[in-house]
Amino acid sequence: MDNNRTNKSSSIEQSSTVNRQLSIECRKLTKQFGAFKAVDEISFDVEQGEIFGFLGANGAGKTTAMRILCGLSYPTSGQATVAGFDVYKQQESIKKNIGYMSQKFSLYDNLTILENIEFYGGVYGVSRPDIKTRSNKLITTLGLEKEAKKLVGELPLGWKQKLAFSVAIFHRPKIVFLDEPTGGVDPVTRRQFWDMIYEAAADGITVFVTTHYMDEAEYCNRISVMVDGRVEALDSPANLKNKFNTDTMDDVFYQLARGAKRMDN
Amino acid sequence: MSSVSVKNIIKTYNKGEVKAVNDTSFEVAKGELFGLIGPDGAGKTSIFRILTTLLLADSGTATVEGFDVVKDYKEIQNIVGYMPGRFSLYQDLTVEENLSFFATVFGTTIEDNYELIKDIYEQIKPFSSRRAGKLSGGMKQKLALCCALIHKPKVLFLDEPTTGVDVVSRKEFWDMLGKLKKQGITIVVSTPYMDEATLCDRIALIQNGSIMSIDTPGNIINNFPKALFAAKADNIYKLLQDLRAEAEVESCYASGEYTRFTMGHGQLTTDNVKSRLIESGHKNLVIKKIIPGIEDCFIRLMNS
Repeated sequence: MDNNRTNKSSSIEQSSTVNRQLSIECRKLTKQFGAFKAVDEISFDVEQGEIFGFLGANGAGKTTAMRILCGLSYPTSGQATVAGFDVYKQQESIKKNIGYMSQKFSLYDNLTILENIEFYGGVYGVSRPDIKTRSNKLITTLGLEKEAKKLVGELPLGWKQKLAFSVAIFHRPKIVFLDEPTGGVDPVTRRQFWDMIYEAAADGITVFVTTHYMDEAEYCNRISVMVDGRVEALDSPANLKNKFNTDTMDDVFYQLARGAKRMDN
Repeated sequence: MSSVSVKNIIKTYNKGEVKAVNDTSFEVAKGELFGLIGPDGAGKTSIFRILTTLLLADSGTATVEGFDVVKDYKEIQNIVGYMPGRFSLYQDLTVEENLSFFATVFGTTIEDNYELIKDIYEQIKPFSSRRAGKLSGGMKQKLALCCALIHKPKVLFLDEPTTGVDVVSRKEFWDMLGKLKKQGITIVVSTPYMDEATLCDRIALIQNGSIMSIDTPGNIINNFPKALFAAKADNIYKLLQDLRAEAEVESCYASGEYTRFTMGHGQLTTDNVKSRLIESGHKNLVIKKIIPGIEDCFIRLMNS
């Protein structure tokens, strides 16, 4: 057993020296709670600068897997590296090199936009002068000059989410994890949000994103679909639609997930 | 007589600073499946809370089954079922305890109205002794629907019942609504998912407290004023940027695998645009005319 693991980890080290563009590597990653396998031997690679859609039915194990990849939870077995750091031994380095944003995570409502940016920039160790230049630029890009000194709580939801994304990549992480970033957001803002995602990816940031909107799944370079703890499908949206002989991602998802036995959140 | 009637309802918060519902009027016929379609902050929840007598409007009137939401609130509370957006059952009670609690409150029993909830309840029955707080999202949603139905309401108000729920559970849920509709129950349902709009008899597209359009999904789509085109190429992001840079392209946004766009009033055709895109290096370019969806209509209304 121990032997096995050493072999696996050395093979990962080898592949990362050969191919430096890999952002996430997962090999048989497993998280078990008692007899329950929340994440069951999932394996996949994500390339640097790729937009990777991480889909699955409710309770499929997405959140658990994401928590491991963000350095917030230890796997039970298997191997994974994120931005080249090991999920067992280098959790702190992972946290420094990633950005994270979710639908629920929100900025501090009772701080202003500028204060929020300064706070998060500071937490991630961005220098004061850098915070200043970057936040000025950010506010101009978002067109929030007039609102910069307003409390974040006063912003409409769509703006909050766009700001939260900008803050999540403010420290220029290698990877950004987005957990249902556009839930409840109007269709126009949702698209502006995706423009920002494309831009970040074009700048080389890897985007790892979950969503319940199937049209958004199609904006991803590749997507994986988890069912009952396992990755049941992984390919480009176009290939998946071919494989499942349908012209909508909705249907691909439905065909894969309808047999799911688990429904726990 | 309409089942639900809303006339010039205005609701503001923060001493008038926030206009949640802005002079809104609509009618829902008996037995109709009516959808309020819009994003967070559109005013959907305020409308639900006013119609279920939990919130007073600043002005305007509304009736449910002929009863006034202010004067006749007691009557309304007996004849409506309400499933709020936030799970609001007792987490510490079991599935069965929750259901019998709601039945008792409305002076009925599970047995009396079992026929109505049978199809839905059978699916969660294996977990009837599990605490509601320990249920999965899909099961919580089914239990909440059972509890909203147990007193055999005439009108069912469902506030974003499918938000955050996966595609499979969403489909099951809409199948259930279809069956309830056949039993003659009026259903008012809200959703941020535009693809669910086509499952309603009529819909109101709502944004920032105002209804932008109200009609059958088919009519709303037929009223889309322009030809809508879809384009795809190997580099989606570049395609999006290049299309936006085209003077002849009026509007352009991503939608799934394709980028959708409409043309302006100029002389150039999509063929001209196509050859220009190929010139600028796009590979595997496809452009085709498509039928708009509700989301396209929503985007167009928002931008106009």
